[in-house]
Amino acid sequence: MADLSVKICGVDFKNPIIPASGVFGYGREYEELFPLSKLGGIATKGTTITQRTGNLSPRIAETPSGMLNSVGLQNPGIDKFIDVELPNLLTKDTVILANIAGSTIDECVTIAEKLDSTDVHMIELNISCPNVKQGGAAFGTSCETAAEITSKVRKATSKPLIVKLSPNVTSITDIAKSVEAAGADAVSLINTLLGMRIDVNTGRPILKNNVGGLSGPAVFPVAVRMVWQVANAVDIPVIGMGGVASGKDAIELMMAGASAVQVGAAIFTDPFAPVKIIDEMNEFLDNKNISSVKEIIGSVKPW
Amino acid sequence: MKYTQGKFQIIKKSVIAKEIYCFEILCPEVAEVAVPGQFVHIRANGFTLRRPVSICEINKSKGTLKIVFEVRGEGTAEIAKLNVDSLIDMLAPLGHGFTLNPEFKKVVLIGGGIGTPPMLPLAQYYGNKAAVITGFRSADAVILQNEFKASGAETILCTDDGTMGIKGFVTSPLEDTLKNGGVDAVYACGPMPMLKAVSELADKYGAYCEISLEERMGCGIGACLVCACKTKKNDEEYFAHVCKEGPVFKAEEVVW
Repeated sequence: MADLSVKICGVDFKNPIIPASGVFGYGREYEELFPLSKLGGIATKGTTITQRTGNLSPRIAETPSGMLNSVGLQNPGIDKFIDVELPNLLTKDTVILANIAGSTIDECVTIAEKLDSTDVHMIELNISCPNVKQGGAAFGTSCETAAEITSKVRKATSKPLIVKLSPNVTSITDIAKSVEAAGADAVSLINTLLGMRIDVNTGRPILKNNVGGLSGPAVFPVAVRMVWQVANAVDIPVIGMGGVASGKDAIELMMAGASAVQVGAAIFTDPFAPVKIIDEMNEFLDNKNISSVKEIIGSVKPW
Repeated sequence: MKYTQGKFQIIKKSVIAKEIYCFEILCPEVAEVAVPGQFVHIRANGFTLRRPVSICEINKSKGTLKIVFEVRGEGTAEIAKLNVDSLIDMLAPLGHGFTLNPEFKKVVLIGGGIGTPPMLPLAQYYGNKAAVITGFRSADAVILQNEFKASGAETILCTDDGTMGIKGFVTSPLEDTLKNGGVDAVYACGPMPMLKAVSELADKYGAYCEISLEERMGCGIGACLVCACKTKKNDEEYFAHVCKEGPVFKAEEVVW
């Protein structure tokens, strides 16, 4: 048994696998299948200040080796998260990353202030949701606004602050450097890539929102490339995600520079995916006689 | 709610109409807890998303389920390739099923096309207290009539083109039955326009009504919030989710 533990921004994770925000709700439904304590952490559904109802259906479409979604940040709002969901999650012996997805800087600051007085372990600031009109993506696509929101949320909380980046930009490394300079403790990437499918029989987009975020194995090589570039550009930890479906995928993303790995669409294919990925990582490391997963972080030897 | 994920043996496969398949699956732990109106979420080899299929028959003593599905795209075509003795990967049983009330003396079950299969467990529960009205495009799409007859229910068959049974939609025999009075409940599954018409008729004649909805789905267990449908409770509208709060809803709660 290899040592799978990692430490990010001073927070200890028993293993580097974290279900990504949005796919896992607040864990209640998956607890029917396996104990949440098996997970390194849980990134909770993006929260806004008040309840959001989300977009009209259909909100999902199958794509080659992946899927599009446009849920539109349906969530019960920060107060219900803090009063109902967070206390339950904090009993599960796993790291809780509260995902913030406000549509204005003030909204994100207020949410961060509210979370600051809780026992949540980390905050993940989503500046990259592609599915809401004044959504986080607007902040995440320019260095100036990304830095501004990061610095204001930074001042609102002493919790470790992870900023979740959009891949729908010209240079993700420039954005990463901006949020690092503005006080982010870590970055997570990649959020979904903006995509679209059309039903050729009806001439209508499959998603009612017309466009949505692409995830799943189709985006994995993009995630590996962006994690590698960002890890080489910043000194803060990188949490990688994007199409990870196996232990080898998680190892690959860590070799590219990720200190931990989030798992999204793979959970729809197999609800046990996070647990299987942890087992497969263990097996891989044992076979290679690598005693700690920390040894592989950023260990790629580029040509 | 108790569900599991596993690979289960297909013990019987049949093609019951054009592009419509029936699998009988040995899955005692699922059959044990399944109730009418629930569904199974099936992994299609090579696809990211599972495909939800409603349960057509629950046999607790044999430990089996029957499911009936139509090949509609590449995912269902892949599932249809599975054969007897193949293992089918299911997350099941899922969702909120129909209300079963032993006090009900007369119920009407409405099935439209591929929405018909979830009506069979209800017919088997209510037996001769049930009238089953099913509607299909054409004779070549008609399914499950013998099974409904075997349940002891009265059966009325409609086809849009009149190639079998009564020509026309299910709503006309439904209204006749409701007019005669004494109907405690109407249960329905099928296309949205049919469900809307059925709900309006049930409301007009004061019968309790439950309908089973369909929506493109992600996780299947209520975590990802993908399969939203607009509902109202106490005059407040909100997006419920077909996989967890549904697929069965009280007709009065659905916002059309």
